[in-house]
Amino acid sequence: MAVDISFVVGGEAGQGIQSMSFVLGKTLMRGGYEVLITQDFESRIRGGHSFARVRAAERHIQATSEKIDILIALNAETIDLHKGEMDAAGLVICDRGKLKTGDKNGDNFLDIPLERLAAEKGGDRLMSNIVTIGAVVGLINYDFGLLADVLGEEFGRHGDKTVEGNRAAARAGYEYASQHFADRTSPRVAPRGPTEKIMMTGNEAVALGAMVAGCKFVSGYPMTPTTSILEYIAEKGRRFNIPVVQAEDEISAANMVVGAAYAGARAMTATSGGGFCLMVEALSLAAMTETPMVVVLGQRPGPAIGLPTRTEQSDLEFALYGGHGGFRRPVLAPSGVAEAFWLTVKAFNIAEKYQTPVILITDHDLADCYNTVERFDLKKAKVDRGQTISDEEAASLTNYKRHLITESGISPRALPMQGNSLVVTDSDEHDEEGHMIEDAETRTRMVLKRQRKFDRLQDDMDEPTITLRPNSEFTLIGWGSTYGAIKEAAELLEADGIAASVLHLNALWPFPVDAVTRALAHSPKAFVIESNATGQLARLMRAETGIKAHKSILKFDGRSFSPQYIVNSLKKEVS
Amino acid sequence: MVTASDKVKVEDYASTSAVAWCPGCGNFGILRAMKKALVELQLRPHQVLMVSGIGQAGKFPHYLQCNVLNELHGRPIPAATAAKIVNTELTVIAISGDGDAYGEGGNHLVHAMNRNVDMTYMVHNNQVYALTRGQACPTTDLGFTTTMNPNGAWVSLRPLALAVACDCSFVARGFAGDGEHLAMLIQMAIRHKGFALVEVLQPCPTFNHRNTFQWYSQRVYKLDEAKDYDPKDRGAAFNKALEWGDRIPIGLIYRNDRPLFEDYLGVTGKVPLVREKTDPLQFESLIDEFK
Repeated sequence: MAVDISFVVGGEAGQGIQSMSFVLGKTLMRGGYEVLITQDFESRIRGGHSFARVRAAERHIQATSEKIDILIALNAETIDLHKGEMDAAGLVICDRGKLKTGDKNGDNFLDIPLERLAAEKGGDRLMSNIVTIGAVVGLINYDFGLLADVLGEEFGRHGDKTVEGNRAAARAGYEYASQHFADRTSPRVAPRGPTEKIMMTGNEAVALGAMVAGCKFVSGYPMTPTTSILEYIAEKGRRFNIPVVQAEDEISAANMVVGAAYAGARAMTATSGGGFCLMVEALSLAAMTETPMVVVLGQRPGPAIGLPTRTEQSDLEFALYGGHGGFRRPVLAPSGVAEAFWLTVKAFNIAEKYQTPVILITDHDLADCYNTVERFDLKKAKVDRGQTISDEEAASLTNYKRHLITESGISPRALPMQGNSLVVTDSDEHDEEGHMIEDAETRTRMVLKRQRKFDRLQDDMDEPTITLRPNSEFTLIGWGSTYGAIKEAAELLEADGIAASVLHLNALWPFPVDAVTRALAHSPKAFVIESNATGQLARLMRAETGIKAHKSILKFDGRSFSPQYIVNSLKKEVS
Repeated sequence: MVTASDKVKVEDYASTSAVAWCPGCGNFGILRAMKKALVELQLRPHQVLMVSGIGQAGKFPHYLQCNVLNELHGRPIPAATAAKIVNTELTVIAISGDGDAYGEGGNHLVHAMNRNVDMTYMVHNNQVYALTRGQACPTTDLGFTTTMNPNGAWVSLRPLALAVACDCSFVARGFAGDGEHLAMLIQMAIRHKGFALVEVLQPCPTFNHRNTFQWYSQRVYKLDEAKDYDPKDRGAAFNKALEWGDRIPIGLIYRNDRPLFEDYLGVTGKVPLVREKTDPLQFESLIDEFK
């Protein structure tokens, strides 16, 4: 049977859960597996309960499984919370003597003296988490060399001594598990050979996409779950002259982006719903002044501060409509890590081509998960700056009109100091030259111009992902990060003899009216699946296409959809 | 085409836009002073970016010749900051009224003064909200009654003291009624390497009948003529910035030449970011890190 194995690593914040899951995931990728790592942590720095799910499979996966094959418990709470999810043949790895309370006995408990091995072999009892990873690699009969390589890369910056300590700790765990549990019927995960894949988070993909697209200015105010986009570019951007300015607030960050973009630099900010609230005023300004602007909106549950470290899709309508004055803006919604990269590149191109703000909407689930993807082929990344005025043209340009009324609605764009022409624009309604006006006629022409420029936008959008199954009884519809769970739910249903088609949107505006209408003609019973309490996509679909969803499957507990959850909810609805 | 040898004249800054200020507005004096300063600095209109906010001062850039980004209320500073960072060759001047600078945009002002980007910030302070027809503003004198403050203004900010506290690298005050002096201050501010705040006392003949042209004229005195005043003495500058009432100082109040934010970001003296071309292939090495 094809390998598809799920681990949960659980403990307190500060015990290195994130690092352990990353090392395990990367080690599994190096042996040719597809990996997904999701983090579940509380809004605190120490204590509490944190855990990560690591799933590895032979095929590409983008959703977590509800069933745990191996539970790595660094505290008793991990066992209490997750024992119900254990597969019948599942195993628990723990340092029994160190677990303060909780159920820690049973045939499936593998007791390893993690702290003792860490202290004796690694030289530091804090390395018990690394001993654990070594034990897991031993338990599943995997290649220790791959783990040793990853440890070298991860700890190399701390010096050879640290690397050797960690490798020794890991080897101690590996050998302990190999010697003591050789007789256990544990899952076997044999290396499948080298891989060309890469593994990164959604945020890293967005940050890389921005850099590749030629983003030259980033400003932001830290907010979960998009802070790491700002941090990544702040760190790596130094080599490529991409300044990241930490602004005093999100109002400033968004207006900085407008200022930089007006001056001619590709510019971006990243935030979450609360920060986006402060940015919508500038979004409206960007629409009025026709300034290209990319805003990454990583959603988390609200209203207000909500659940800061968890996931939701409740800012869809806010992204579509936020901002005064009634203006449209493209809203792109990547369904996974690879799409997060490519749609970020697209967001910059669209922003400049249509001289508009563009929102890239993600959520905690996508932002923070690690997933294996095909290496991005940078030869395919194109920078399209839209209708610009060349330096030669600018040199002889007279009477330049920044907001020239054209048939397409798009005005050729010159930049300040490109030539001697002046670039004038205004948040007040303005004429073609950019000067303030009051008259009704100019106002009307300008509104129509700004609307008209989106007439051909749909041509630049990617088709939604559509999987039509013959004789399908219904269509599962979703958007953004839930793609992996929905796709897999349809596969599970298919295995159960229930045919379901899948329609997944990677853009909310412009809404793919034709594609949705066509897909639903195939199988009209629509189940709209989304992580919010108000059924925002279902309402949008009805507004845009007139098609009413048959049912909505909603989840708003701050946790991600799993394929099994969707299957169970659906069966309940149709039975 | 204009060649470098052509001298910049005041006519080069003449605008064709119809002016929407009241007759007698202090803004006219500020506009003349600004043009005079730009001509004396021999800056060409295309080299200048003015980023303004909302209020009567927000219209200012439309009444001369330059690149214009008329921003939202209170937000010119962030946009001006970023424009300067991505194109260090631009002469960036942000323009606000008292509501824009000290009310709506107060947080940006505090941090911009501290950040020290090389730009000039002109604040037209007429001590009243004129565009919205006469409400109190952060610098309205205590007790001044308005439609929205029938019991009289309750707060009265001393923004230049705030500027000194924030170590703003150049803090000056001018008077719209003394164009020569104001033009000199604007020139100094533009030449100054760093964030230069120039507050301008501006009579509003329509909504402020207390702080009139005559009222200011009787009170202002020039610090440049005070022999023993040293604008580099922060303590003295703080006291001077608090002085308000019978005597109001104008001129350079505080100066502290210190490193620019652009230096910290590493954009000083390089090709402006707006002219850099990106080759996507240069990022292959970053992708390697995810193998």
